[in-house]
Formats: sequence, C-alpha cells, structure tokens
Amino acid sequence: MPVEITARKKPFRQRLRRDMRENWVVYLLLLPVIIWYIIFCYLPMFGIVMAFENFKFAKGLFGSAWVGFKNFQKFFSSYYFWRLLRNTLTLSIKDLIIAFPAPIIFALMLNELRSRKFKKSIQTISYLPYFISMVVVCGMVKTFTESTGIFSQISQALGGPKELISNPGSFHGIMITSGIWQGLGYGSVVYISALTAVDHELYDSAKLDGANRWQQTLHVTIPGIMPTIIIMLIMRVGHLMSVNYQKIILLYSPATYETADTISTFVYRKGLLDGDYAYAAAVDLFNSVINTILLVTVNWISRRKSETSLF
Amino acid sequence: MIKRTRGEKIFAVFNVILLSLIGLACLIPVWHCLCASISDPITVSKTRGLILWPKGGVTTIGYAKSLQNESLLRGYVNTILYVILGTGFGVLMTIFAGYGLSRNLLFGGAIALFLTFTMMFNGGIIPTYMVVRSLGMLDTRAAIVLPTALSVFNIMITRTSFKSIPEGLMDAARIDGAGHIRILVSIVIPVSKAIIAVITLFSAVQIWNSWFHTAIYVRKRELYPLQIVLREIVLQNTSQASDAGEATSELNQLHAIIRYCVIMLSIIPMLFLYPFIQKYFVTGVMIGSIKG
Repeated sequence: MPVEITARKKPFRQRLRRDMRENWVVYLLLLPVIIWYIIFCYLPMFGIVMAFENFKFAKGLFGSAWVGFKNFQKFFSSYYFWRLLRNTLTLSIKDLIIAFPAPIIFALMLNELRSRKFKKSIQTISYLPYFISMVVVCGMVKTFTESTGIFSQISQALGGPKELISNPGSFHGIMITSGIWQGLGYGSVVYISALTAVDHELYDSAKLDGANRWQQTLHVTIPGIMPTIIIMLIMRVGHLMSVNYQKIILLYSPATYETADTISTFVYRKGLLDGDYAYAAAVDLFNSVINTILLVTVNWISRRKSETSLF
Repeated sequence: MIKRTRGEKIFAVFNVILLSLIGLACLIPVWHCLCASISDPITVSKTRGLILWPKGGVTTIGYAKSLQNESLLRGYVNTILYVILGTGFGVLMTIFAGYGLSRNLLFGGAIALFLTFTMMFNGGIIPTYMVVRSLGMLDTRAAIVLPTALSVFNIMITRTSFKSIPEGLMDAARIDGAGHIRILVSIVIPVSKAIIAVITLFSAVQIWNSWFHTAIYVRKRELYPLQIVLREIVLQNTSQASDAGEATSELNQLHAIIRYCVIMLSIIPMLFLYPFIQKYFVTGVMIGSIKG
C-alpha cells in the first residue's frame, strides 16, 4: 500500500521545493500567527510542569525543585477538596439540566410562530443580553438580588431569605437564571439554523399520515435537529468541570463561599491572589484532566449509540 | 392550509404570550437601569423593587457627575484604544491565517491541527500568567491587548469563507503575474467584506467587554479599561471619592443612581450599534455552525 501512494505522488523533496518556491510568502504570513500560538498557548502547556514542582518564580521553571504529586496530594487531603468538587459538579449539573434545554425549547417555540415579523422581533430582542458585558450583567444581578432588589422583595414576601445575593442557598439559582437570561437568544441561533435545514417533505408526508402539530414536532422536528443537540451536549458535558468562573468571581463573597466557591475560583484565589502558583496550577490541571476524560468518554458513547460525534 | 384544531389554536395563543414575556424579560432589566439613571437619587435609594418609569422627576445629575469621574473617562478612552489596537492586530493576523490555511499548502493540514489543538487543551490561567509575567508584560498595555487577540474560531470561519472564493478569479490574476500579496489585497479582501465585518465585530465586542485578564495582568490604574472601572463602581461600591465628609454623604446618595448611569454609559454605544451588530453576528454564528 505505501508503495502505491508514493508512486502516485511526486517525491516529498520535490513537492517541498515546489511548495517553498510558490508559497514562501504564505508561510511568511502564517509565521506571526504561529509564533503567537507558541507563546500564548503552547508555552503555557509546557508550563504545566510547574504543578509538579515546588515552584519559585526566582528559580524559574527549570530551576525549581521537583516534588512529584505532592501538590495534588495536598489538594486531595485539603479541607476544601470535597466542598469545591461538590459545588463545581452541582452547579454544573443543575446548569446542564435547566439551562441546556432552554435554548432548544425557545427555538422550537419560535419555529411554531406563523408571523415572521413577530418571530424576527423576538429573536432580535433575545440576542441583546448577550452583548451586555459580564461586569454590567453582574451589576444588574446585584441590584436585583440585594435586599431592596425585586427578587429579594419577592423572596421576602414569600417568607424566604431577606437578601438573595448573600444567601448561600440562592447562589446557584442566581447563576443559572442570569445565565439563561444572557445566553438564551445566542444559544438558540444554532438550533434555529438546524431547524431551517429540516426537510419539508417530511412534514408533508407526516401530514398525509394524519399527524398533528405536536406529533410532527415529536417525530419530525426533534429527530431532525437531534444531531445538533447531541454535538452541543457532548461539548457541554466535556466542559462539566468548567463553570463560568468569571461570573462567580464577580458575584460571590465570603458569605456565599459555602456554595459558590468552585475549583476554578479557588485556583484564581490561591494562585493569583495568594501567589501559591504551583498548588493552583496542580488544582487546575486536575480540573482539566477530568474535563478531557469526560469529553472523550461522552464522545465515545455517542459515537457508538447514535453515530453522531465531535471527533 | 389545513385547519388547525382547537388544541393547536390554544397552543398558538399560549406560545405568543410566553414568547412576548421572554422578550419583555430581556428588555426590562435594561429599562429599569435607564429609568433609575434619570430618577431622583433619594427616591431611588428608598425604592424597593423595579423602577419602570423615572421616579421623583427626571434629572441628569447622575450623568453629569459620572462624566466628571476621571477614572471612568480614562477607562473609556483606554477601552477605545484597546479595541482599536486589539481588533486591528487580531483581524490582520486572522486574515493572514485564514488566507494561508485556505491555500493548498504542503503543511496546511499540520498548521491547522496545530491551531485547533489549542481549542481542546490549554495550559490554564496560572501557566499563562507565568508566561505573560516572564515576558515582562505585566502592567503594560500589551498584556491587555495581546494574550487574547487571536481566536481559532475566527480563523476557521475566515478560512471557510476564503475557500469559497472561486479559484478562477485568482487564476486570472496569477496569469497577469500577481503574487500572493496582490491577490490577497486586490481580490480576496474586497470580496470578503462580510466575513471581515463579522470577525471585526466579534473581536471588538469581546475586547470591549473583557475584564478578567486585565484584572490579573494590570494593577496600574491609568491603564484600566472601562470594565474594570465599572466593576469598582457597580460591584465593589468604591466610588473613589473624596476629600470632605460633606461631599462624601452627597456622593453616597448620588451613588444610588450613579451606578445605573455608568451601566447605561457602557451599554449605550452598543445599543446604537446593535442593529448592525446583530445582523453580522447571526451571519457569523451561521458560518461557524455550518462547519468551522
């Protein structure tokens, strides 16, 4: 086999010479891009080595003492380990169950509308929150959930906590609700475009078989967008250990650490605020290893069960 | 059209009502901030719940005071500078990379893999911080602009778009003796205005809204972009005042509306650009979802 392939193509050296003669300018254009990726993406990957060291900035990556898995052991035996793992997983799983289906349902609802004008307006309005910055969104969340805010007022009227933003029991709810508010329209775009691609003849034949709107949705529309849903689901589960830490950092306070502190926010505090770099890098590495394992596993299951997969 | 059953009619009505409520829910928080920002400060500080119309008479004192805030103005100017620099650099590099990867290069596949691998795996924030620090970039404008300037997603949608340009157009130029640069400048870029608008927009919005890496890399106040200043005023409640005690109490009262004013000041430019933004944004997401 390999012989046949090389026989059809010209020898590598000849192709290389031709490529360099014709395309050296193109490689020159690509060079700064490659350098950027080496500096800002690949160097940090090698920097992960520091998770296995007693890293001192003065000694550098190569001069610091090697300590093996000590930083990881310190984390696993830490008082915070279970709390961080529990918060990361519960917040993420709640988000997966509640926030993941929201844009799908929203897209299906829009799909049922007859007036194109109304559909277009609702769509346009729903994208708006996506363009509001995280800082401003969190500012709004705070004004609505501090004691004088509308949501705390409702909570008080129902006999609940006086102030939601400082109540550990409300933190996940605040995160998920504001996440849906900001991401609903944006998240629905991919499903809306998948919906337009569903074959219209399928609807016609379903109608001939006497299917009503509900049955058409169930047996034509949803199967039609299922590959898209599965791809999005794989990506979502592959990020199960990644929470929106930027938002948590803006919204949490020591009063809500009990439910709000997650692995990523702990990494930020330990590493960048307390300067315990190697320990934080180890904790972060643990997080991304779990994420990678999840992604590969879910992708594998999906490929076997439904023939849809990311890679 | 087939007649709808009763159940379907009820559903249709219910659907329209629910979607209208969702639409309202997207707008109300912004409307609340707008109304509160022009209300009387003392009334606002006493109000519980939503503010759906200006309370206690319309006033622009909040805006007047906010616009006197030097940090805020400097933040504005800095952010505009960062958007121009970051978008300029990012879009230029993205066009180079998109063009390069759309050609039939011997190492094209390898380079594409080299870039997409970074989407799956990255070093994490601590090693990235270490790299930026080792380069001596802490507390520089470069640290705000450079580390997030490129995105594989943008490069891939640009490549997809460049690939769809008919090869014949370029062949004709090649026969006339045009090199890659000529072809890029006089053919590829002019016919790809839409995709370039999309990536410019993605990059500008992202830089305008970003705060996290600046918070990590930069401590110098005079380099702060708008979002960091906003964070101080809106979330940390430190309106960096003031000399006299009298002025402080006045500022405290005003703070009730100032935070709404600064929120509005940061959203208003976006609201004006919104019709333009959302048109290109949908195009961009569509291209991305078809296959990056």
